[in-house]
Amino acid sequence: MTKEKRQILIFLIFALALLITPFFLQGSYYLNVLVFIGIHTMLAVALNLLLGYAGQISLGHAAFFGLGAYISGILTTRFSLDPWLVIVLAAVCAATIAFVIGFPILKLKGHYLAMATLGFGIIIYIIFNETVSWTGGPSGLSGIPSLHIGSWIFDNDLYNYYLIWIITLAVMLLSINLSQSRIGRALRAIHDSEVAARVMGINARVLKVQIFTVSAFISAIAGSLYAHTMTFIAPASFGFNFSVELVTMVVVGGLGSIYGSFLGAAILTILPEFLRFFHDFDIIIYGLLLIIINMFMPGGLISGLQSLAEIAAAKMKGKTRGDA
Amino acid sequence: MLRLEGITKIFGGLTALKDVSLSVTTGSITGIIGPNGAGKTTLFNIITGLYTQTSGDVYLNQKNISFFPPEVLAGIGLVRTFQNVELFGQMTVLENVMVGLHTKSHSGIFSCAFKMPGQIKEERYIREKALQWLEFTGMADLSGIQAENLPFGKGRLLEISRALAVEPRIILMDEPAAGLNSRETAGLAHLISRIRESGITVVLVEHDMELVMDICESIIVLNLGKKLTEGTPREIQENEAVIAAYLGDG
Repeated sequence: MTKEKRQILIFLIFALALLITPFFLQGSYYLNVLVFIGIHTMLAVALNLLLGYAGQISLGHAAFFGLGAYISGILTTRFSLDPWLVIVLAAVCAATIAFVIGFPILKLKGHYLAMATLGFGIIIYIIFNETVSWTGGPSGLSGIPSLHIGSWIFDNDLYNYYLIWIITLAVMLLSINLSQSRIGRALRAIHDSEVAARVMGINARVLKVQIFTVSAFISAIAGSLYAHTMTFIAPASFGFNFSVELVTMVVVGGLGSIYGSFLGAAILTILPEFLRFFHDFDIIIYGLLLIIINMFMPGGLISGLQSLAEIAAAKMKGKTRGDA
Repeated sequence: MLRLEGITKIFGGLTALKDVSLSVTTGSITGIIGPNGAGKTTLFNIITGLYTQTSGDVYLNQKNISFFPPEVLAGIGLVRTFQNVELFGQMTVLENVMVGLHTKSHSGIFSCAFKMPGQIKEERYIREKALQWLEFTGMADLSGIQAENLPFGKGRLLEISRALAVEPRIILMDEPAAGLNSRETAGLAHLISRIRESGITVVLVEHDMELVMDICESIIVLNLGKKLTEGTPREIQENEAVIAAYLGDG
């Protein structure tokens, strides 16, 4: 089997597993968790394109998520616009903002880029909080309509599950395609050596802004979907902490691995459910997790598990040979 | 082919290059030599758009390319390699060379994400062409290895393969033999001759005098940021100013 065919097969099995999962679950609790994992996966994949592939940090990605959510929330509740149309509008809007700020911001490198994106995230967060007449301020915005196709309304957990996961799977597939194309290689080249990438004819400045824009576009779609499935949003979901959580998802799962983003999103979504009794100390667990991953599995869980499997396989082989 | 007119570069108060003019004939192998600190790498960085000169102009085939950034220069057929080998370490050998074909392909983000028919065809072309370049440099059997795991000499070779994939008209090599053993250097000399035979003009900065005298038709000597002299290997070897520059003023 060629590498390409194997990859298609892996994706199909992955997609199928997710699509039949609801039949094995009882009650809405687990479906709800999986809906969150879907939204987080979309966000982690979006950030991974920027952070894992192009190697450009963003500590303000929650802002694009929030922009999607708030633009959808405001335009559907106050102007009764069609939710599907608004999702596209919100994504284009967030992408435009990313494109405009991208040119000055992405000239920066390392810590300076981190600070600039952090600042951007905080500014947007303050806007959500302070423009009370539009966003409802800290108490949030409620009554956001559910999405519907004709008379089919996405207002229960099962429908939401399929809505979110079909779109998430599409985002994952498109990102995998992108990562294995000339654009994906160019991004990784910029990550490894920007100067060599430029000498090879890659316009690093423009490409970085392009991928930042795409990343914001996907994040905003995730935000809109979040708003429509939750029907209530508040600024607290789009703050600095969530930006850090997104970075943690990408790093824990694996920089430059789309499936890793799913794994990271799943772990960071499920973990808090188990850490409830720690109350506010759960952030310490995240910190520990980051340290441990960076020390022992710098490539993230996906590649870490792969090498563990290879070591185990090699050992097994050695053993059987020893027996014979 | 390549012509420099009055290139001067001043870093702060330090004059790294002063009024350097030179020209490189199409299809030749030209060596740029000089003691440490003569300004050879600075000159390369100016030609390839990584530095901007304080004054002076660079022409490629009569076209003024003075302030062109490196990504544009790659598109018009000027490419370089680095003294400290700048590979894409996390990528495989084959992928490194595939990046070299960036200017030979045009699919955008949209057609790559949706795998449009044109993009699939282009991807196949990139892969085949990259493999051909690896065969040309004799690295095809290493195509699946991650670049950072290559031994140093192979890394050098990969960098040249990647530069060739750009299909340049002129290639600038910054100390291609540095760190190579004598067998590898001999292989390099043979490769450079083959590159020239395929119609690509070669310019190299090099400290390995044996290599330079062996393969270059024309040599330019820099000293303390100025052009000392130029000529054939024989002329340079007999030039007293050159000998003095290397051994110190006698």
